[in-house]
Amino acid sequence: MSEPVYFAAVPRLKWSLWLLPALACRGPFPQSTLDPRSDFSAAIDGLFTNIFWWALFVFVVVESLLVYAIIRYRARPGAPEPKPLHGHTALEIGWTLAPALILVFIAVPTIRTIFATAGHAPPSALRVEVIGHQWWWEFRYPSLGITTANELHLPVHTPIQLDLSSADIIHSFWVPRLGGKRDLTPGHVTRIAFRSDSAGEYLGQCAEFCGVSHANMRLRVFVQPEAEFQAWVAGQQPASGPAAAGGDARVPEGRQEFVRNGCIACHTIAELPQARGVLGPNLSRVGSRTTIAGGLFANTADNLRRWIHNAPAVKPGALMPPSLLPDSELDALVAYLQSLK
Amino acid sequence: MSTHAGSMGLDSRKMAFWAFIGSECLLFASLISTYLVYKGKSLNGPYPHEILNIPFTSFSTFDLLMSSLAMVLALSAIQRGDMRQGKRWLFVTALLGLIFLGGQVWEFNHFAHQGLGLTTNLFGSTFYVLTGTHGAHVTVGVTWLLTLWVQALRGKLGPAQAMTVEIAGLYWHFVDVVWIVIFTVVYLIQ
Amino acid sequence: MKSWITTTDHKRIGLLYFWTAFAFFLIGGLEALVIRAQLARPEGVGVSAEVFNQMFTMHGTTMVFLALMPLTASLFNFIIPLQIGARDVAFPRLNAFSYWVFVLGGVFLNASFFVGPLFGTGALSVAPDAGWFGYANLTSRQYSPGPNIDFWVLGVQILGVASLAAGFNFIVTILNMRAPGMRMLRVPVFTWMTLVTQFIVITAFPVITVALVLLMFDRFFGTHFFVPAGGGDPILWQHLFWMFGHPEVYILILPAMGIVSEVLPTFSRKPLFGYIVVVYSGILIGFLGWGVWSHHMFAVGLGPIADSVFAGTTMLIAIPTGVKIFNWIATLWGGQLRFTTAMLFALGFIAMFIIGGLSGVTHASPPADLQQTDTYYVVAHIHYVLFGGTMLGLFAGFYYWWPKMTGRLLSETLGRWHFWLSLIGMNLAFFPMHFSGLLGMPRRIYTYPDELGVTSMNLVSTIGAFLIGVATLVFFWNLFRHRRALAPGAGPSDPWGGATLEWAVPSPPPVYNFSVMPVVEGRLPLWRTARHEPIAPLPATPPAPIHVPGGSWWPLITAAALPVMATGAVSRELWVVLLGVAVLIVGVYRWAYEPFEG
Repeated sequence: MSEPVYFAAVPRLKWSLWLLPALACRGPFPQSTLDPRSDFSAAIDGLFTNIFWWALFVFVVVESLLVYAIIRYRARPGAPEPKPLHGHTALEIGWTLAPALILVFIAVPTIRTIFATAGHAPPSALRVEVIGHQWWWEFRYPSLGITTANELHLPVHTPIQLDLSSADIIHSFWVPRLGGKRDLTPGHVTRIAFRSDSAGEYLGQCAEFCGVSHANMRLRVFVQPEAEFQAWVAGQQPASGPAAAGGDARVPEGRQEFVRNGCIACHTIAELPQARGVLGPNLSRVGSRTTIAGGLFANTADNLRRWIHNAPAVKPGALMPPSLLPDSELDALVAYLQSLK
Repeated sequence: MSTHAGSMGLDSRKMAFWAFIGSECLLFASLISTYLVYKGKSLNGPYPHEILNIPFTSFSTFDLLMSSLAMVLALSAIQRGDMRQGKRWLFVTALLGLIFLGGQVWEFNHFAHQGLGLTTNLFGSTFYVLTGTHGAHVTVGVTWLLTLWVQALRGKLGPAQAMTVEIAGLYWHFVDVVWIVIFTVVYLIQ
Repeated sequence: MKSWITTTDHKRIGLLYFWTAFAFFLIGGLEALVIRAQLARPEGVGVSAEVFNQMFTMHGTTMVFLALMPLTASLFNFIIPLQIGARDVAFPRLNAFSYWVFVLGGVFLNASFFVGPLFGTGALSVAPDAGWFGYANLTSRQYSPGPNIDFWVLGVQILGVASLAAGFNFIVTILNMRAPGMRMLRVPVFTWMTLVTQFIVITAFPVITVALVLLMFDRFFGTHFFVPAGGGDPILWQHLFWMFGHPEVYILILPAMGIVSEVLPTFSRKPLFGYIVVVYSGILIGFLGWGVWSHHMFAVGLGPIADSVFAGTTMLIAIPTGVKIFNWIATLWGGQLRFTTAMLFALGFIAMFIIGGLSGVTHASPPADLQQTDTYYVVAHIHYVLFGGTMLGLFAGFYYWWPKMTGRLLSETLGRWHFWLSLIGMNLAFFPMHFSGLLGMPRRIYTYPDELGVTSMNLVSTIGAFLIGVATLVFFWNLFRHRRALAPGAGPSDPWGGATLEWAVPSPPPVYNFSVMPVVEGRLPLWRTARHEPIAPLPATPPAPIHVPGGSWWPLITAAALPVMATGAVSRELWVVLLGVAVLIVGVYRWAYEPFEG
């Protein structure tokens, strides 16, 4: 993607200047649009900065005229009747042209940025398929043979192309620090492309209202140094087989419970041949994720237990039915899932 | 006051009816656009070329065009006070409308037997909703015309009510013109 | 009582519209307060996700269709026949029909809050819950199986009938019922903006009607217009919805622009600056409003060319809007400004609408919009436009015309409290939303994590929202308690010194409005101008008896047919639908053949 474009004559000041009132509320703001960490988000931020200063300029001019008129022309006792002015052609032309001119200064960089951010990545880009579900994200890396959920791992300094689609209804992919949002529409594939030069963990969430748990459809993007990313890729490969998980004795029992309780109808686990369901997230390496349930809870044994016991009770509308399993079976299941690192 | 010409020199009811027709244009434009957007997008048959019978529908179209002619003759007779001719042509207009509706019922029934239901595919859905909405408009029109005819038979419709007939005629011609567009878009341009 | 139910008098219908719409405004406001109370703190403590989704859906639907539009309709009804010198609207019974359809449609929609037990569930569970924009395919039977969306699809269709009927009525009234000499370019700007609004209504509502009918077929008869599994495309819904939805924004704001264009000249003691430019820019906004709908869809990914075109058309609208603002400021310039409550609200309208307009320009730019759309930044924008704009404008109108409508002045002291509380409340509520949106808070979420860092901004917004609630109670108090009599006939018919024809008749006006038809010679019939004297006072009693139309039951009965049909559909009882159809047919025939001298 090309350099971010914005109107050069406008000095680009630090956001903190006008964000003072917000900063008083204390950061950090992990989902801020004003802290760009990719070429896509930086281009948008530059354009918005430009438009913002024009808007502020117009705001100051027009509101000043209004306030001046209000103070200067307030009724005074004994003042003569005002002169009945019906209009003034030159003024009308003037205040038609002035906003038109400002809009040109906004429209030109706008259109340049539209084309610069149109979602075209170079052929070398890493392609990831993003599939929206009620209410979680599926990520597939066709070139790496990986399928995972809710946590997207990306290499730094590498062009990325996301192909977005939906398994049910319309969602919208939004990780503000990495770029603008793009809808996931069933029956369509949409794209965004970006490159981040800044390793880190970035928060995002669904931005198109998608039903009961729309607010609980969150995601995390880990932009990682090349070596770290490759290590993650290696760890996700099916070939590497099930981990021993420190030899927790309940793992085999948990594997049986997973089959016996019908979990396999909706979930895929690479090392478990019976588990090839596609309705729910792929759990092949669920133990390596930091969160569960659409990025809602930390991936701890307690949270996993509560989630499996009664998912709709902790996440409204969750499609995984309550299992209401006794503690012993829950413990085994949790041990098994945690072993899938 | 509604029967008197107002500040625009037009009868208020007639003006309101023109506004109504403008609004109806947007209604049919939206339905026809939906039909066009989904043209060729059906996932399964029957497809339009397998099922549409152009000679039959051409006859229906001709029938509806003739009804517009009859409507013109009815209005002009009533305006000159010739109620005998007025009654006759009002009835002919309504009858031609009924024949059109009969044709539509036959067509829908025939299509249903050939496997095209409302929910069969996008063609079925868009076709039935578009032509069905038009058919509903024709039904309202026929009812209106028959009401006027009955009024005329009872001697309650004369040249003084010519404006009422003129407005019914406006509606009838509009419904006719919409059909010409539907016939062209759905049947002729496949 | 009976005389009110069967009334066809535009003034009574105007008052009925006011009280009904104000009641719905309070309901919509309560829904807003539930939303704000929930979001005052993170982690969603308070109402459940299901209840929250019903609240924001009904807040939007109620405010647009049941509060703001009917509040403007209240002023159209009461003021426009007076402004153009007419004795009533063109079709008095159709006018009553519009009102009853609106009331019954509103009751039908809101009944969904309480009828859960009839569907085997609790209260607050079957109200519409997919947003006022009802995006497909969330609204399909598969993803919304309950009756919630059925209420919405049918209720909004009913309300569309009310708006369409009123649209035809007011177009004909304004074009065809003007007094002698009231040429189109002498028509007051409020009436002009109403005319533009009604043209938008009659062209925009058929489009949403088609969209709703298609959705209804999907939900009730199993078609696949918006269902991808059957080849349908949910994006078609978005096009149809916004082809209506964006013009709808102008339906809401143009009447307020008209009100301000009446209030400013009266309290500046100067004619409106650039009358013709203000009128033409209103017409231009109406036209351009049709070419911008896809700016609601930049995140859909329609491609860079479509995005560029719609960005361009959207930015163009800023020009006629800016021109209006400059003309209003020029109207103040050199005047003698009297800061009555009506004037304060009109000035507040300009100041706040500027902010809403400028934030609008920032999301006319598609890349910037990709960060802003569906966030609280857009919530801030629409509330600066619809509260800061439409509502402040409407309050200006009600303080200005209340004496005309009732013969009583509202308290100016309470009015000033109302104004300042509203102004401070709305800025506290909506200004921080710009920040919470830019800092990453999406809209339509019932919960947000504390780690987003937007908690304190949300708390401020909540405090502001409750302040608006207090301000509205002050207005309510003002309407009820503090009524200073402006004795009809005895006191001045015009407390403000207005220039337009409505001030030539007593307050409240007699049932026939004008004792004799006035002859209009200029744009400011009641003011002395270089070219003409004010028109002579009208005689206190009509020289000849004036026939006024009587009441009729048929508009109410015909209107009642629509919710009956809808009830049948929601409850899946065919006989109830057929009963509704029968009532409709009987109503229309009895209406048509009723001896009614309009």
